[in-house]
Amino acid sequence: MAQQLRLDDPLYVRYGHFLQGIFAGQDFSTGTSVEHCAAPCLGQSYRTDQQVTDIILAKLPVSLSLVLGAMVIWLLLGIGTGVLSAWRRGRPSERLLTAVTLGGVATPVFVIGLVLMIVVCGELQLLPFPQYVHFTDDPEQWAWNLLLPWLSLALVEAANFARLTRASMLETLAEDHIRTFRAYGVSERAVIARHALRGATASVIALNAVTFGSAVGGAVLTETLFGLPGIGQELVHAVKVVDLPVVVGMVLVTGFFVILANTVADVLYAVADRRVVLA
Amino acid sequence: MSEALAVVGTAGTDTSVPAVSGARQFWRRLRAQRAALVAAAVVALLVLVALAAPLLTALEGQDPTTYHPTLIDSARGGVPLGSLGGVSADHWLGVEPQTGRDMFARLVYGARVSLGVSLAATLIQVLLGVAMGVAAGLGNRWVDLVISRVTDIFVSMPLMIMALALLAIVPSGFPRPVLVALIISLVAGWSTVAKMVRAQTLALKNLDYVSASRLSGWSTWRTATRELLPGLAAPVITYAALLVPSDISAEAALSFLGVGVQPPTPSWGQMLTSADVWYQAAPQYLLLPALALFVTVFAMTVLGDGVRVALDPRAASRLRVGTGRKREARARAAVPGDAPRKEERP
Repeated sequence: MAQQLRLDDPLYVRYGHFLQGIFAGQDFSTGTSVEHCAAPCLGQSYRTDQQVTDIILAKLPVSLSLVLGAMVIWLLLGIGTGVLSAWRRGRPSERLLTAVTLGGVATPVFVIGLVLMIVVCGELQLLPFPQYVHFTDDPEQWAWNLLLPWLSLALVEAANFARLTRASMLETLAEDHIRTFRAYGVSERAVIARHALRGATASVIALNAVTFGSAVGGAVLTETLFGLPGIGQELVHAVKVVDLPVVVGMVLVTGFFVILANTVADVLYAVADRRVVLA
Repeated sequence: MSEALAVVGTAGTDTSVPAVSGARQFWRRLRAQRAALVAAAVVALLVLVALAAPLLTALEGQDPTTYHPTLIDSARGGVPLGSLGGVSADHWLGVEPQTGRDMFARLVYGARVSLGVSLAATLIQVLLGVAMGVAAGLGNRWVDLVISRVTDIFVSMPLMIMALALLAIVPSGFPRPVLVALIISLVAGWSTVAKMVRAQTLALKNLDYVSASRLSGWSTWRTATRELLPGLAAPVITYAALLVPSDISAEAALSFLGVGVQPPTPSWGQMLTSADVWYQAAPQYLLLPALALFVTVFAMTVLGDGVRVALDPRAASRLRVGTGRKREARARAAVPGDAPRKEERP
């Protein structure tokens, strides 16, 4: 058994095999037969003998559906709230918005999720308790069932975006060129929408990259709470049963998404800000 | 005398207020923010509850780990007997479903775990971050390069993923709360402190008083501890105050997932794990830990924000405290032709 899993080999040999698996694929002997594991091979689960790549490919669509949907909400809600509170600065409505966003920052996602689930599904019975339906099976049911997970993940993240948007807009509004615009008689609405918001784009893009990247594998809490069979839930399971190849695979995939998100962000910087030139 | 001086004296500098020490000024500026003051009171109360947990539970006459099978209805799957989830004179906040353990005792002891783990984690994060940051800032090119790259790696790591991965490989014999604190602090937080401290160290390094200390032959250690650390205190304290709430959330999250603090040690996050099943029969089983968590993190965040404002000279100047602004403005208004400028909010 130990030999089959190559546990006898020294560390560097096993690492070599691991790398070989990722780039060239590798063969596993299961005692009686030899099983081939094609190119991006991340090894085999200790518990189920499934290939880690297959496990991840099965879970990835769920996580991506959750995070992409939630991203739309957190961007709209977060930037909207941020713009509003930068615009209404110093007034009671801004104080209220600030208090609400602070509450959002302070609430753990599983508390918001639990409360949402119990109020919406349990007490009001507006929606059935979420059960994941694949997009390809029934897009409408897919969306309805993901609505609450999207909301609870997005509400927490939106608070961060609102704070960031507000802070960087206020910073831009204090700059000289904004004063010049105002002096030329540009309306406050145009100053906010066209100029101050542009100043906030770069930091919003950066935050979004970090949030998106880590959420693909890191929406563990939302997935566990709503029973979504995504990467995060699988990771928690793998940690509990000490299934190391699966853990390593999940971490690697999450890392991949973090890097991917940051690369996309770097390209977007150049689109958003003409001062940045793509080299 | 100083009053007269202020009127005649040059505008801008105000001599009517005697210089106050850093700690007193900090306290004044914190006190000027009502929200931060309320938050500080809440945090103090929470710390008191956590410290006095054995006393409080002795007062109630319960402890957090004893099962009370007579107080739950085993025929209905372990729902607490009595109204409101078993609230009674013996059990102030009712009992836990299935086990019948006392809710009040578990909640109070949960505060110990929550605050203990998060404060320990914050302490490690700050110590490690400052040590790494100062070393990178003062060390030679190679030390700086290595530390900076390691820090960058840790900055971009998603907390939950790395914490889960690390928890998978640590032997189970390790004391769990200590392990949770260690993992939270090693995975996140310290790297941001280190980055900030490094930048600050590089900025301070070339100031005259630091150069003077180095030129007079003092060791790097002495320069770092005597000359640099005081200058680093404000940003580090600010950041630490904001780390505490995020560490509390992290502990609760890991315990909620069942990989943090292990039963029978009570933890708020852990109590929420199965709360959704019981919310109809025992609503307080869900509401109390959720509320405790929310109030704690919220108060800590508000307090952290208050600390930031109190330590940031730019933000604190808007507080109009301890600088004699009002008196200065009145003095200015008394002088014709020099009307007080309307303060502009940035």
